[in-house]
Amino acid sequence: MVEMVSRPYERAFEKHALANPDVLCISADLTSSCEIDKFRDNYPDQFLSMGMAEQNMMSFCGGLGLAGYRPFVHTFGVFTYRRPYDQLMASIAYPRRKVRIMGFLPGITTPGGMTHQAIEDISVMRSMPNMTILETGDATEVESICEAADSIDGPVYCRVLRGSMPRLFDTPIVVGQMRELSLGSDVLIVTAGITTEEALRATKALETSGVSVRHLHLNTIKPFNAGAILDHINSVKGGVITLENHVTEGGIGSLVAEIMADNGVGKKLKRLGLNDTYAHGGSRAYLMRYYGLDALALTQGVEGLLGQKLDITEQDLAEARVDAVHSLAKAEGL
Amino acid sequence: MKNEKSTEDVALGIRRRVFEHAIRNNGGYLSQACSAAEQLAWLYNEELNLGEPTLPMIPKLFEGVPHADNPNYHTGAGYNGPFLPEFDRLFIAPAHYALVAYATLIETGRMAAEGLEMFNKDGSSVEMIGAEHSPGMEVHNGTLGIGLSTAAGLAWARKKRGEKGRVWVYMSDGEVQEGQTWEAIQCCAHHRIDNVKAIMDVNKQQCDGAMDSVMEVGDIKTKMENFGAIVVEVDAHNLNDMREAAKTKHDGKPLIILAHSNPFHSMPILEERFPRLHYVRFKSEEERARMNLSIADALGVDPIDYAH
Repeated sequence: MVEMVSRPYERAFEKHALANPDVLCISADLTSSCEIDKFRDNYPDQFLSMGMAEQNMMSFCGGLGLAGYRPFVHTFGVFTYRRPYDQLMASIAYPRRKVRIMGFLPGITTPGGMTHQAIEDISVMRSMPNMTILETGDATEVESICEAADSIDGPVYCRVLRGSMPRLFDTPIVVGQMRELSLGSDVLIVTAGITTEEALRATKALETSGVSVRHLHLNTIKPFNAGAILDHINSVKGGVITLENHVTEGGIGSLVAEIMADNGVGKKLKRLGLNDTYAHGGSRAYLMRYYGLDALALTQGVEGLLGQKLDITEQDLAEARVDAVHSLAKAEGL
Repeated sequence: MKNEKSTEDVALGIRRRVFEHAIRNNGGYLSQACSAAEQLAWLYNEELNLGEPTLPMIPKLFEGVPHADNPNYHTGAGYNGPFLPEFDRLFIAPAHYALVAYATLIETGRMAAEGLEMFNKDGSSVEMIGAEHSPGMEVHNGTLGIGLSTAAGLAWARKKRGEKGRVWVYMSDGEVQEGQTWEAIQCCAHHRIDNVKAIMDVNKQQCDGAMDSVMEVGDIKTKMENFGAIVVEVDAHNLNDMREAAKTKHDGKPLIILAHSNPFHSMPILEERFPRLHYVRFKSEEERARMNLSIADALGVDPIDYAH
């Protein structure tokens, strides 16, 4: 049974910020939604409300960074790059300010629909020079995200999970180091964020059906060391499949595709994710099923990749976890 | 730095250098020199508390953009002196005023005159639109509206650290069309950031022409006051006006000086080009020759010999 952890970011940020006086807590009117409301109440001297004004917030943080502060920006991921893209580029990314952008609700992890779903953030941030990208996939990674982000000499964008989440790993994020979750020889599965839990469920069923799975979990998406993943690609017979909480263009599927193309790897690659589409509002489980981001989609993808029917059913994918739209942690779901 | 020239002389020198540059290069930001010369001259020659320049008088060539693997990267802030707690910082928000800003650095002894010859040349750091690495620049402001926000962040940080140095912003009135400007003012007021001071060149011009034909912005003063700034209106060509305005108390609020300027002040012939004043490129040799004689006469200097 997977351990479920409630609001790990809240504790992680407080611990990190108190140990680092130059860390500032920046909020854009989503303070409790980003689990920093207790921090606001308890440590007002280290907290700055920026209101719903993301363009000013980004340039303001550039100014804080110029003075040597390390602001942690807290808002939904989508609000950190869509509206204030130019400010993010000119005031933070270009001059390599140590601004730590904590983007909550990555991909379809919100019932908020298109306006709240950061489905192309990795693609945007990957193309931004000087930007580092980290992504959290479980409670342990959320617990270590502040320290990991703050170790970067430059700006960082983090896809952060919130509320209740499973603990899948027992070691913190080591920037630049992917997690090797299984080392089989038939197919390589590459996941990040919430799709890793899906892949763990799929892996069990696939192994039962006789497919030897090699599974990698990425928490550092940029910069990326191609060498390590090439070794894994070369270790499987049947090809590579990626599953991401993001559009397939520009995300980890593209990342793997680029590495394969750059290195002349002639293996099959199947990229699963949002396929040139926006999503709509709904529970995470519903959206993951509807858009083909869950364990079943992955096993079906592997079938296609290997060209064989495995007849894995939903019942085979045991321990499915279903989140309610209205969680106890946040009544509005936003 | 010790003022060797009067501020009036610095302002004339700025216009003279920009005029020379524009005639020689068949175009330039002439109108910006007309409207801004006294403002920048007054800032650098009187109001700003800056240390001695820390960068070479002749600017370095472009040494690359900020990158983890580029140890040579530098900003142009050193021309405004060292970043020390007691000294002021200046952000020039409309980066296309760079030519005027560079001329100011030369007139106040912070950059060699040769620096202007590097303007907009390939491989030079003296860029046409001032970049971070350009003399006198510290942050990117090429897109309008960014400057005041960045200044607010720096100012908040300096206040928290107990630093005496203020953060000045040189702004242009077109920036009030950008929503970020209003975000920045309300942010300063909310957080009582009162070590920010801005002077805005209200010349009522923008790239497409006269502001009231492109996007009417209404009463800037009232709007800014409603968003939480202390605002003083001055004649941009009257130094005493600016001196007095800068003394205005603004506890807990940013101070913004609206400097109403004439975009052809000291070069009346430019009025012929109204409302296309953003970048004056001469339409013919005849116009170039005529403007050369007229502007030289208005400034009280010799016409430029640009034949060779």
